Amino acid sequence: MAEFSTKHRENGEVNIIELNGYLDAHTAQHLEHAISDLITKNKYKVVVNFEQLKYISSAGLGVFMAFIETMRTNSGDIKLAGMQPSVYNIFDLLGFPLLYEIFPTETEAVNKFKN
Amino acid sequence: MNKNAKNIFEMKVKSSTENLGTIREFVEEKAMQSGIDKSITDKIVLAVDEACTNIIKHAYNYDESTEFTIRVLISKKEFKVLLIDHGKSFDPNQIADPDMPTYLKQRRVGGLGLHLMRHLMDNVEYHNLEGNGNQLILTKKIA
Repeated sequence: MAEFSTKHRENGEVNIIELNGYLDAHTAQHLEHAISDLITKNKYKVVVNFEQLKYISSAGLGVFMAFIETMRTNSGDIKLAGMQPSVYNIFDLLGFPLLYEIFPTETEAVNKFKN
Repeated sequence: MNKNAKNIFEMKVKSSTENLGTIREFVEEKAMQSGIDKSITDKIVLAVDEACTNIIKHAYNYDESTEFTIRVLISKKEFKVLLIDHGKSFDPNQIADPDMPTYLKQRRVGGLGLHLMRHLMDNVEYHNLEGNGNQLILTKKIA
């Protein structure tokens, strides 16, 4: 059974979504809801903390693709942080670093919004 | 599970994304037991997840009353995963890999499963079994 959960925090005007567990075609919907919630509240500056994410498949990557444009057209962004090497390798294999800013730590990603 | 053959393992699952975790655990266990490196095991597991997701989504259109089979064949040289379904056929040879810079520029969503399988495995082969379903064979060289 694939286990996955998200937690939402705020750091100033930056919204942090922490991912935990396994992000696949079954659990991707959960993340979609978490990001949709932020859009409903007009919150477009998002940092996704991957530290506790153990696994991602292309269905998980698709969630970030689905929302990136909405965030950027509203002066926001989705910045990614704290990926384990096994997760980063999948993003890298597909060339996602061309489109997304990926930081070693959440703090660095949050600071990029603040600077 | 096939108990008669030493290096053939099989599981049948209902066509639901809910079972992806169980499928991954099954394949990971067999790969690790075969002494395959963690990094190679991760690639096999992801390729199988992508293939099963495609079956659930495209071959069976999320119909949970259907089932498909995952068969693992391990030899000294190769770790093979056969996926057999009785849903809608598709020929991966007809599907080209996306150009990723264009894909990202156009903010496309989906359609990366087969692309990933080809990158992660040494061979991806499809057979239409003529009335006996579709068979996708994912092969990773291990020696």
